[in-house]
Amino acid sequence: MSTAWTYNPQPPRPDWGVRAPALKKLSLRQPIRAAPLPVEASMSLQIGGSIELPAIVAPGDRVQTGQAIARNTDGMAVHASISGRVLAVGPQRAPVASGRPVPCVVIRAEGPEQMHGSCIPVNEDLLSPEEIRARVAAGGIVGLGGAQFPTARKLTPGVPIRALIVDGAECEPWITCDEVLLRERAGMVIEGVGVMMRALGTDHAVVAVEADMPEAHAALDNALGAGGSGGIGIAVVTTKYPAGGERQLIEMLTGDEVPAGGLPRDIGYVCQNVATAAAVGELFRSGRPLISRIVTVTGGGIAEPGNFEARIGTPIRDLVQAAGGYRAAPHRLLMGGPMMGFALPDDDLPVTTATNCLVAALATELAPDRPEMPCIRCGECVQACPARLLPHELLTAVRRNDAGRLAEFGLRDCIECGCCDYVCPSYIHLTARFSAARGRERSRA
Amino acid sequence: MKFATAPAPHWRPAADVAAVMRQVLYALAPAVAAYTFFFGPGLLLNIVVATAAALATEALALRLRARPARVFLSDGSAVVTAVLFAFCLPPLTPWWITVTGIVFAVGVAKHLYGGLGYNLFNPAMAGYLVVLVAFPGKMTMWLPPTTGDLDYQSLSLWQTLQYTATASLPAGFEFDAVTRATPLTVVRTELGLMRTMSEIRVNPVFGDFGGVGWEWIGNFLTLGGMWLLYKGIIRWQIPAAMIVSLMACALVFYLTDPETHPSPLFHLYAGGTLLGAFFIATDPVSSTVTDRGRLIYGAGCGVLTYAIRTWGGYPDGVAFAVLLMNMAVPLIDRHTRPRIYGH
Repeated sequence: MSTAWTYNPQPPRPDWGVRAPALKKLSLRQPIRAAPLPVEASMSLQIGGSIELPAIVAPGDRVQTGQAIARNTDGMAVHASISGRVLAVGPQRAPVASGRPVPCVVIRAEGPEQMHGSCIPVNEDLLSPEEIRARVAAGGIVGLGGAQFPTARKLTPGVPIRALIVDGAECEPWITCDEVLLRERAGMVIEGVGVMMRALGTDHAVVAVEADMPEAHAALDNALGAGGSGGIGIAVVTTKYPAGGERQLIEMLTGDEVPAGGLPRDIGYVCQNVATAAAVGELFRSGRPLISRIVTVTGGGIAEPGNFEARIGTPIRDLVQAAGGYRAAPHRLLMGGPMMGFALPDDDLPVTTATNCLVAALATELAPDRPEMPCIRCGECVQACPARLLPHELLTAVRRNDAGRLAEFGLRDCIECGCCDYVCPSYIHLTARFSAARGRERSRA
Repeated sequence: MKFATAPAPHWRPAADVAAVMRQVLYALAPAVAAYTFFFGPGLLLNIVVATAAALATEALALRLRARPARVFLSDGSAVVTAVLFAFCLPPLTPWWITVTGIVFAVGVAKHLYGGLGYNLFNPAMAGYLVVLVAFPGKMTMWLPPTTGDLDYQSLSLWQTLQYTATASLPAGFEFDAVTRATPLTVVRTELGLMRTMSEIRVNPVFGDFGGVGWEWIGNFLTLGGMWLLYKGIIRWQIPAAMIVSLMACALVFYLTDPETHPSPLFHLYAGGTLLGAFFIATDPVSSTVTDRGRLIYGAGCGVLTYAIRTWGGYPDGVAFAVLLMNMAVPLIDRHTRPRIYGH
């Protein structure tokens, strides 16, 4: 256990990244609202694109809210988000980038909601780190920042951890789900942070917020209390995209870089999203597994934008309805923000643990479609790239499909943040090309 | 409800290539006005001839290369090349010289290398050097400024047009009587005749720091440069490095002997220094992309400009310096690559 560790509570403005309009106010006018319980919930059994949990229920089974419906040999589980009857087990449409159907359990609501008997509070102080990890896995907790990485695995570092970094720097425009969570449930976040620190065996944690979140900051201060913060500190980072990227945040707060191809734990850090921390807190305080998440529903195409606590599996169109429905005809429906989010083909898809935000964007709120021009080597992409790549050179390597040059110019180090596209006066689709090239490289390997 | 899909990111910059080029033209406008005020309407005629020839060459090249003409003709890059090229020409330049230069600039320096974004050399400077080498007599004779010099005959727009079209002046005008050497040429010639700077500076072409008129054009070019910096079209590294290195070289020699070396301020305001620093060396396509690379590139432009002005065969060295540094760009880019995160 380390005792001396310091971080920069107010890191200077980074020289990379972009200053994009934040558009956060739109969804911050109202407190978190509870979305209505869905009539039918489609629960994805695929986690983070690679892990697939086997279903332990069959069509016709009655399930209660919070009951495990799938579990793997690691003890990782997925839970029913509503009480009812299992309608189907099998591939269903889901909001995933590949567009392919994913294995799901479909539940149809039936009778009054009943919490499953396994949902009981636990005092983490009585548990060993191993027992905490097992409970986090059994509680179905995954990273809620969008990557859906199983949290229990991240809490199993295998090396001494210097500090837990809790990411509340929600840098993507439009998204406010983490900000409202901090404003309204900072205490739950701090509880979860305490549980995770215990699992990691570290005395230090720092919660990062952005400079334009004074209310969230105040709520955190309040939750930490005047006397003794228990090793939990707060850091305020510049409002600049992508300051909330895991690698960028670690670099800003600690000055250390995650080695290429490595993980934060290689340099003694574990990074968790604030919503993940709150889910862990909830799991221990009330015994509730991961059956819901906060989703920002916003954009000029939404009548009453705001944040909703939605059960996993709720159809997106129901959530839009809860937000007053569409106003005007939206041009695109994005899951996530405008920088990294992906455009959904329709709204007949379920909310998953990765659904942090839905943006019904009007045509005027998005980029006009302009033809790509040749690169004029203006170097704006070089200035913006948080990984310090030369995106214009990487583009040449991608076009030539030259493996040596792709490695040399850091295709694998690209975090696909979209900054290069955002500043390119030639309107070149750099990120999409890099993403496709990475896909090709993965399938070759 | 169904929606259109597209890859991330869904936001794009407000400024496209054409908008960037437009800003460069706006930034040049005050200097063009000052130039016209001090040296007559010749520049405007040269801009017209150069722009027409540039667009025609661009259209022809795009047609031969089977590229979409409308998209590329409206990107503004050919117009910027034409205006910068015209800015380098003396006010009295016969049209075929202008056309020769711009056809080389757009046809050879730009399109033979692959068109927009692919040219190794700055097209305007490549075109300028071709006509400087091909027509040395005509290219170094300027008009005297309209202020300060008493025994000068001013040419009207019509008379200037007549010269531009036919290379002969109206009756009663002699080319040698109408034109004057530029301050840089005066310094160069007179220093060669073993005169001292204090003797040379008596010549009425000199103002407070540089040539009469040139100083104001320099101020307006700087103003335009500030506009481009403010709009984020250029970054400070290249202009700063070029100006500082040129003035530093000049200062060293000036301090050793001010009677045989012009002052750093003279170098700053003379010839193409400020045009080069803010508008030529900052051309994105033919310059470096990293901050460190830009400092090296700009410093190279400044040092070479001084060296060519002082020891080379031509009075001004900006064009040569920029083209030489253009050649060094791949090397500089290679050695100033930033360390990738985590490596």
